[in-house]
Amino acid sequence: MITVTTNKTDHGGDIRLSGIAKTYGSFTAVHPLDLTVPQGSFFALLGASGCGKTTTLRMIAGLEEPSAGTVHLGDQDVTALPPYKRPVNTVFQSYALFPHLDIFENVAFGLRRRGIKSVKKQVGDMLDLVQLGEQARKKPHQLSGGQQQRVAVARALINHPKVLLLDEPLGALDLKLRRQMQLELKRIQTEVGITFVHVTHDQEEAMTMADTVAVMNAGRVEQLGSPTDLYENPRTTFVANFLGTSNFIEAEVDSKSGDDIVLKAGGGKLVLPEARCGAATTPGGKVLVGVRPEKISLTHADDAGEIPEGRNRINGKITNGSFIGVCTQYVVDSAVCPDFEVYVQNVDRDTRLVPGADVVLHWSPAHTFGLDAAQDIDAGVEEGAAA
Amino acid sequence: MTFVNWLKRHLVVIAGLLTLAYLLLPNVVVTVFSFNKPKGRFNYEWQEFSTAAWQDPCGVAGLCGSLSLSLQIAFWATLGATLLGTMIAFALVRYRFRARGAVNSLIFLPMAMPEVVMAASLLTLFLNMGAQLGFWTILIAHIMFCLSFVVTAVKARVMSMDPRLEQAAQDLYAGPVQTFLRVTLPIAAPGIAAGALLAFALSFDDFIITNFNAGSTVTFPMFVWGSAQRGTPVQINVIGTAMFVVAVLFVLASMVISNRRTKQKA
Repeated sequence: MITVTTNKTDHGGDIRLSGIAKTYGSFTAVHPLDLTVPQGSFFALLGASGCGKTTTLRMIAGLEEPSAGTVHLGDQDVTALPPYKRPVNTVFQSYALFPHLDIFENVAFGLRRRGIKSVKKQVGDMLDLVQLGEQARKKPHQLSGGQQQRVAVARALINHPKVLLLDEPLGALDLKLRRQMQLELKRIQTEVGITFVHVTHDQEEAMTMADTVAVMNAGRVEQLGSPTDLYENPRTTFVANFLGTSNFIEAEVDSKSGDDIVLKAGGGKLVLPEARCGAATTPGGKVLVGVRPEKISLTHADDAGEIPEGRNRINGKITNGSFIGVCTQYVVDSAVCPDFEVYVQNVDRDTRLVPGADVVLHWSPAHTFGLDAAQDIDAGVEEGAAA
Repeated sequence: MTFVNWLKRHLVVIAGLLTLAYLLLPNVVVTVFSFNKPKGRFNYEWQEFSTAAWQDPCGVAGLCGSLSLSLQIAFWATLGATLLGTMIAFALVRYRFRARGAVNSLIFLPMAMPEVVMAASLLTLFLNMGAQLGFWTILIAHIMFCLSFVVTAVKARVMSMDPRLEQAAQDLYAGPVQTFLRVTLPIAAPGIAAGALLAFALSFDDFIITNFNAGSTVTFPMFVWGSAQRGTPVQINVIGTAMFVVAVLFVLASMVISNRRTKQKA
């Protein structure tokens, strides 16, 4: 069971999924899944389309019936409850605002259905919170995308749900507005302290907003952790490629020295801390060595002698360099990997680093991670790039 | 030369106005001849202005009785066809069931069938069942042929409805009944209204099927047809004009109401 712990003592808003699964005929959308989302956290389900993240969300909302397993909210088993009896509200993809009702009535909808008569003050306050007080009597189609998005959030939050579910809520917005709304949603979440479960295919969005991210792939949670943990210590090639970019080298375990493993790759030696290796390390075994492009330093072959001892090094030749402002992205051809990606900060630009130059790539062993070699190196590459 | 240029610039408007005139000319004729004072029994030639027929619209024996019957039949046929048709449309769009595709195409058959053939076959059916021809056989026939049109109108609307709207309603504490009344029905309403209007118009002026299956009962279209053999009373034009005016008033009223609503909200 995957559990995230916080120091909160109130567990009324915890979500507990136990062995929850969803199959459509012979297709399995979600494999049996155990997941606990603690009260008050901002939790993201991240994955490419069709990975089962939305289905999982809809099972929490009650809009989809699980084929197996149970859903608990706090101590209450809500598996058999219909959506209108669950203390959970959803912000739908493309908002699903009621077109025949004005903004005020859209926001008041949940209150009215629960028989609350005097809604005026609450709705007014909520519209002020999302800065839409002036638009109360307009119809949804008269608002911009960003405004509609805020109405959708207000319509859900006014009910003070135990959990707010967000299904790709920012997908329809342009990039700039999306960045703005990410911060806005994060602010609201901190203010109201409600548990947020956010479904997205955008890894940057998940990392910016969430305390905890669960990366899903083909109906399973591949890895769960804080954004930094997922980025620095990916446990599968899918996670390593889906979140950012990774370089992989196929290597063979040579020996152990202290807490480190020494590996052979393309005639050279690489060092990997044993704690950062997720694969078996019997001598002769295969390991995939990974390193992020921004952790690597690039030194011209003429200055190779200046590289400090104890760093992992690889010789190569620059095949491509693109200047993108904050950094320069190089592609380096080497014996162990034909297209090594290296991002170099534009602090002191070495003018000799142009395509065709012989270089040495070097990085700290502490930034190296090791994965089981029996998996697809390119898993998650396209999905990550598309997001 | 200037005339040619003027013509070029206003060609679209002129074509539009001519088409509109083509469309409305018959209505104008109906209205104008409702103020005629014909010589003899036929109201086909303009003689002199008179409001005699307007002062006594029921002055022709049987006319107002047939009109009232037609209105009643149209009302019940509209109600029946709209209720059934709306349910069929929802079933066809929302649910997957065996033979759904077949039902979908069978619904169109009554529209494709030549009306006179349908009328004759219906009569055969009613006679074989031993049904008494009259109000009920007319009503059953009208509901039957209006259904296809209602289903088509409502289905188009329901298909364009986002199913997430109903899920959103459920998510916001609306049970199945509340969801239907507060979200589904209001959003589908324009389609249902269009279907109902179509059904009313079709039922009110249907002649062929009614004529076959009415027995000795006389509806308004049958009355007009019957009297046309012996002479056309001006009152027919009066009723026609009145129907037209009522329809126009309805449209104007709905426009005023919706205008006022948007103004109030702005």
